[in-house]
Amino acid sequence: MSSLLPWLFSAIMLGFACAVVLNRNPVASALSLVVSFLALAGLYVSLNAFFIGVIQVLVYAGAIMVLFLFIIMLLDLKAEERRTLNTTATLGGLLVAAIFVCELFSVLRHFHKGSLPFPPLAAGPLDDVRGVGTMLFSNYNLPFQVIGALILVATVGVVVLSKRELK
Amino acid sequence: MNDFLGIDWFFLATSLAKTLGIIFLVVLPMVSYTVYAERRISALIQDRLGPNRTGIPFTNIHMEGLGQPIADAVKFLLKEDLTPAHVNTFYFWLAPCLAMAPSLLTLSVIPFGSWLFGVPMVIANVNIGILFVFAIASLSVYGIVLAGWSSNSKYSFLGGVRSTSQMISYELSLGLSVIPLFLLLGKLNLVDIVDYQARNGWLLLPLWGEGLTLRRWLLLIPLLISFVVFTISIFAETNRLPFDLPEAETELVAGYHTEYSSMKFALFFLGEYAAMITGSSLIVTLFLGGWHLPIPWWSSGAGFHFALVDGAAPGIPGILGGLFNIATFFGKVAVLLAFFIWVRWTLPRFRYDQLMRLGWIFFFEIALVNIFLTAGILFYLP
Repeated sequence: MSSLLPWLFSAIMLGFACAVVLNRNPVASALSLVVSFLALAGLYVSLNAFFIGVIQVLVYAGAIMVLFLFIIMLLDLKAEERRTLNTTATLGGLLVAAIFVCELFSVLRHFHKGSLPFPPLAAGPLDDVRGVGTMLFSNYNLPFQVIGALILVATVGVVVLSKRELK
Repeated sequence: MNDFLGIDWFFLATSLAKTLGIIFLVVLPMVSYTVYAERRISALIQDRLGPNRTGIPFTNIHMEGLGQPIADAVKFLLKEDLTPAHVNTFYFWLAPCLAMAPSLLTLSVIPFGSWLFGVPMVIANVNIGILFVFAIASLSVYGIVLAGWSSNSKYSFLGGVRSTSQMISYELSLGLSVIPLFLLLGKLNLVDIVDYQARNGWLLLPLWGEGLTLRRWLLLIPLLISFVVFTISIFAETNRLPFDLPEAETELVAGYHTEYSSMKFALFFLGEYAAMITGSSLIVTLFLGGWHLPIPWWSSGAGFHFALVDGAAPGIPGILGGLFNIATFFGKVAVLLAFFIWVRWTLPRFRYDQLMRLGWIFFFEIALVNIFLTAGILFYLP
């Protein structure tokens, strides 16, 4: 039963990921992406990674995609729906995707470390919040602080840029 | 227990029973009677009578209008369900469902009682409890956004846009305001948080257990700030007055649900009240001791002390205790709901720029400073 769930969520995720590309209506695309993110969160949860799953929903589905949708709704959607499919561009896109998949396959075939099974987890509920926190603040403390400073600089930069009138 | 096909059927059956019980026997009736309470209390505040006539049909028994919610529900179901020609039909239908579902989903991690018949009274006891609540709550924006956009009307759209920016802004202070709690407890699990409060005194009322140390009293200052910021953010998140700008009647007709009628409108309406119940349950769980009610007790052995009502005790006392704890939890929620209603009919509405300024310049900073204050107290008084 529980081994079925990851497959189910993967199928939903991939299906809606295709819908993101295939939909002509930007709002429909954005919402498909939300469902795809939710299915990804479900995939994490079905693999017992509750924390990552919830953060996936909180950050991507709940915050970033809401802002995306917000901006898309302010656009003129009629123009986007009238646009027809360009055959040459479609074929080109398919070709690039096919080449990428072939390359990926040929590289991964020779990467034997990737086929090792994961060591078995300890039985019982996983305290993943504590695990992630301890790891982040001990082994990866410096990169974590650097990223924090980087994001702060970016935020201040945006505030400064949006406040000053361009001359 | 009864493993068959790799599924724990006992767990599945009890979870299903709890889910159905909590939604159909407690939350949905509570939603309808909150609407009734809203109308009666607003009438009381404005010196009117309110709906006091609807009782048992075809008789003269009024019961102070307690039949009103049932009459309302029948009316909502029988009204014509109109879908205007200019709307985007699929999203127009999707939006009301998305407005109602998140608030009911959030209830799954809230412990609404201690134990009953040896089963814990929480639907999903997960380690990430409060994060799960925030994650699902952040999805509730979609219902409103889609309603505003798909209605294809200026009033709806403005309501949707307002609501989105308001909810995104107040989610920040909502999330930051509870961090002091987790600095103190070191846990995100809501069941553990309530157990801690049952043993050591409620976070806002450290009067029993090991609650009488100087550290706890000093920590009361940041916890009180957390409580105030959290409660006000809940008001903003549920679009309640004084923050009900998305549906300000004087400017926007009815905001994002202007174009809706019949049961689809009722779903928005119920969603708002369900969100109120979820918000109140969260406040109760985090700050006001959850299902725990201390009973002042005197026995010759221990002298005067506060007794804990134990739902896990064997036999009849355990069952009674479990039921008592569930009643306590929903009693506390009802008191908070009355507070929500009282505030709505007392305070005037904010202006939109005032609301955003309050969120970004005032509460956000207070919540940030509060975290450092708590960390400082915890560091110097270990």
